[in-house]
Amino acid sequence: MAILIDMPKLSDTMEEGVIAKWNVKEGDQVNSGDIIAEVETDKATMDVEVFDSGTILKIFAKEGEAVPLGGKMAIIGEEGEDISSMLDGDSGSEKKESSEKKKEESKSEQKEDKKESKDFDPLFGDIEKDEASSQEKEKEESSSDDSRLKASPLARKMAEKEGIKLSDVNGSGPNGRIIKRDIEQFDKSASKPAAASKSADSSKVVAGAHEDTPISQMRKAIARRLSESKFTNPHFYETIDIDMKQAIAARAQLNELPDVKISFNDFVVKAAAVALSQHPKVNSSWMGDFIRQYNEVHVAVAVAVPDGLVTPVVRNADKLGLSAIGEQVKTFAQKAKDKKLQPDEMEGSTFTISNLGMFGIEEFTAIINPPNACIMAVGAIRDVPVVENGTVVPGKRMKVTLSSDHRIVDGASAAEFLQTFRKLLENPMNMLL
Amino acid sequence: MAVLQFREAIREALTEEMQRDEKIILMGEEVAEYDGAYKVTQGMYKEFGGKRIIDTPISELGFAGIGVGAAMNGLRPIIEFMTFNFAVVGIDQIINNAAKLRHMSGGQISIPIVFRGPNASGGQLAATHSVAYETIYAHIPGLKVMYPSEPGDAKGMLKTAIRDNDPVIFLESEQMYGMKGEVPDGENLIPFGKGKIKREGSDVTIVAHGKMYHVAKQAAEQLAKDGVEAEIIDPRTIKPLDIEMIVESVKKTNRCVVVDETHPFCGFSAEVGFLIQREAFDYLDAPVQRVTIPDVPAPFAKNLLELWLPSPKQVIEAVKTVTYRN
Amino acid sequence: MVKKSGDGFTPTGKVYKSTTLPKPTKKKHTDLGLKDDDLLPLFHSMYKQRRFEERAAQMYQKGKFGGFLHLYIGQEAVSSGTVAALNDDDDILGAYRVHGMALARGSDPGRCMAELFGKKTGVSRGKGGSMHFFDLERHFWGGHAIVGAHIPLAAGMAMANKYNDNGRVVICFFGDGAVDQGSLNETFNMAQLWKLPVIFVVENNGYSMGTAVERHSAGELHKRADAYGMKNAVVNGMDVFTIIEKVQEVAKDVRETNEPWFLEVKTYRYRGHSMSDPGNYRTKEELEEFRGFDPIERLKTYILKNKIAKEEDLKAIEDEIEQIVLDAIDFAEESDFPDPKELYEDTYTQDDYPYHV
Repeated sequence: MAILIDMPKLSDTMEEGVIAKWNVKEGDQVNSGDIIAEVETDKATMDVEVFDSGTILKIFAKEGEAVPLGGKMAIIGEEGEDISSMLDGDSGSEKKESSEKKKEESKSEQKEDKKESKDFDPLFGDIEKDEASSQEKEKEESSSDDSRLKASPLARKMAEKEGIKLSDVNGSGPNGRIIKRDIEQFDKSASKPAAASKSADSSKVVAGAHEDTPISQMRKAIARRLSESKFTNPHFYETIDIDMKQAIAARAQLNELPDVKISFNDFVVKAAAVALSQHPKVNSSWMGDFIRQYNEVHVAVAVAVPDGLVTPVVRNADKLGLSAIGEQVKTFAQKAKDKKLQPDEMEGSTFTISNLGMFGIEEFTAIINPPNACIMAVGAIRDVPVVENGTVVPGKRMKVTLSSDHRIVDGASAAEFLQTFRKLLENPMNMLL
Repeated sequence: MAVLQFREAIREALTEEMQRDEKIILMGEEVAEYDGAYKVTQGMYKEFGGKRIIDTPISELGFAGIGVGAAMNGLRPIIEFMTFNFAVVGIDQIINNAAKLRHMSGGQISIPIVFRGPNASGGQLAATHSVAYETIYAHIPGLKVMYPSEPGDAKGMLKTAIRDNDPVIFLESEQMYGMKGEVPDGENLIPFGKGKIKREGSDVTIVAHGKMYHVAKQAAEQLAKDGVEAEIIDPRTIKPLDIEMIVESVKKTNRCVVVDETHPFCGFSAEVGFLIQREAFDYLDAPVQRVTIPDVPAPFAKNLLELWLPSPKQVIEAVKTVTYRN
Repeated sequence: MVKKSGDGFTPTGKVYKSTTLPKPTKKKHTDLGLKDDDLLPLFHSMYKQRRFEERAAQMYQKGKFGGFLHLYIGQEAVSSGTVAALNDDDDILGAYRVHGMALARGSDPGRCMAELFGKKTGVSRGKGGSMHFFDLERHFWGGHAIVGAHIPLAAGMAMANKYNDNGRVVICFFGDGAVDQGSLNETFNMAQLWKLPVIFVVENNGYSMGTAVERHSAGELHKRADAYGMKNAVVNGMDVFTIIEKVQEVAKDVRETNEPWFLEVKTYRYRGHSMSDPGNYRTKEELEEFRGFDPIERLKTYILKNKIAKEEDLKAIEDEIEQIVLDAIDFAEESDFPDPKELYEDTYTQDDYPYHV
């Protein structure tokens, strides 16, 4: 029976072999083990041997021609044997056909073969399956939760179980990560309305006696920033009582000038700014692994607006005159009311003042406005009896309370700053110099 | 219950097993006439003779391979390396022959062999003599890896290792040989893959084996004074690993620190960290932390060596991190 | 000026004549204790290896299986002679050019071919492949593919045999490349020191892959043993009677004295190191010269010349073997691949532990 000689796999990586030389011609007698041709593979020129004995009945490919792996090279059989059935189909020797085309055909054929046989590439595995799964992956990714809240897996699980919205929880872990104790404490205090209204105990609240308000962006920002500040920055408080007699007199004098309208708050801003320039420790920020002291003084002033508060910044306040400060603050207040404050007008403060004196608040403590080191809470000017030179006389006094971040400012530094501040207000001419 | 030194507990296991099964032989450098470089095999040559307690030349590749060949052909050799730092010379025999012959022969061959000896650092011995190898061996399929921390465990674990029909890497520590501990009387086989909770606690899980168990223990005692109760799990077998015990503990404490004397990259701590991440993700309140030697060779200088070795202080710091206390 | 650095370290560009053969034995088969009837089985054994590997090469070239395929063709006198000279329960270890040794030891050609194909009916259940044949029933212990790494295994096996006083001898084959490994030297030292009943045999076929022995080994190979006081000899490996004579003699000595031996057998592989090796490091003339010493032709000539059998008898054996080998191919083709669960069998795995995923 005639035997077809295919292009053998002579290297692990070859896809085709080029006939370098035929050692036999049609009609030659060969024995098993004879080298009938030399073939160039991708690696070397290799001998092609036959494993059966017989006569070369047909040679398909000429020297110099490329034959794909498994493609027909020759037929061995008995002399005179009918091999017509083996000549069908494409072969390495279809004459005069462009060899380029042949190569392509045979290559594509090979690929198909591979696909049919096992859909599996030894290097890349099941390619189609991989594609499908990577598409799935993309889908998953695109539909993933948009929340960038940081919470430990346990805290997430606990919050989910107890119906707590993570966005309501203040994270006390690194980078504000919400951790187990935050959820536990949140649950215990149940102080947040959002959580309380959701809890099972809400039935105890008289029906119809409450109103739920959606949370505005401003409220969210206040909630987040101030919670972070209150829970991360170790606050301490110092209150000082200031004699405002001289300040009142000075203000009255100044306001007699045409087109000048200076408020007590302007005095406070100016005094604070000048004091800050002398006490740079208070004019600083905690930067994680270092403390930044600012060479310029930018004082933010808290302004109440209907749904919250904003803090526009008076830049270089220590270098501005009282009237310039007054005008800026007035403009900011109007803009705040009209919601026309620009973000850059509210950025870059190094210190913040919150004044509730106009509401008759005697004294209060404020939460530090990050990244400031301190905030000053200003109370009302009160009529109080004071002892002067041994006798009780009517006095004008104002209390301010400084909240400080203990990581940056220590008690004595804060006190020194407050002393300077008081001296300036008690002798206002000094700060006009 | 007797109180024995670590080396005595190992010697008891070796002796009892050799008395039980005459196919067991023990080979290594200085194990016979010298009575053991660290006196682990003291007296055994006298008891069992030169046919069973065999001094070898300093040819780790040669005698490791001869051991594997003897195991192929019906003996149950115990190969002592003076330290596992020298086993590297013969590691081809362990990785390519001992670990693979059963699989590669389609199950026709089994290799009942124990490779044992001191592992990891042993004082100021510098870079070549200080490596902890459990991670490297545990990486190779076909090998079981044990590293006891206390005499009682050592005896029960070594007996299990000797009776197993697959190769076992049994790691000891020259720094622990003199350490005393209670050893249960009689047969007390400790199975592969069975860890032990050596200290109960609710605030953090510390996983520590071998010599590092003692580092973790010191840290836990200090932490208790600060009100932090650590649970210490000694997996005892590195591979197969009692991951279930670790995961259950982490589910309780929500935090984990792995203390490990191997290098960090692809180390034991990395495997434990990965498995906790996957098996206990929803229970974690903090990322798993690890205390390991750094990714540099062991130094000689005393001060550098102290920096290099995992310390109770580092464990305390890691616990503080996962419990959000700093 | 004379350059002391010379032309580099390993001289290149020169094709060395790889090996020269010692004289074969002059003894007749009857002098070796062989009967006339023993010669046809010897021919059968050698020709079976030859034809099996030729067809294996063909199957490889047809892409029936992958991996490496190292052929033993040309060296069959060594395997067949050794097996004839030893007891059936003596233990044989080989390196990675090992199909011939397994077949000579009587491993089933179908199961051997199936192992090449990676089928579950293979001698190593499809887990070893060409380089890792194991057939313990026939005391054939592999199939070892880290060069020289099985030399200590052989000594260890001999240690166990001596420990058990079972009279078995271990014989360990490796190529000339393995002589350069440290494992050989460490093992020789201990084998001699501990008097282990083991025969180490280097089949010096002239090349460590593509590096001629003169370029990779200093001095004569068998003389390495002298350093350890180990008995040694060098013999012609193209003549099966020489192998039988020497292995018989050595095995007898080992059994009596419990002392190891080192035999250097000079032989020749006709094929490349592996299937993708064109063998450019040697000349066609050298290959032809050694083909002239072909061990199978040599035995054939001896049988015909001594009128032990006729040409037709030998042809009948060749035809029988052709059929055996074709049947082996069919068996391999028709066998199943190992079950996927086999991946986790024959090795320790922790069932409840997710290492493999």
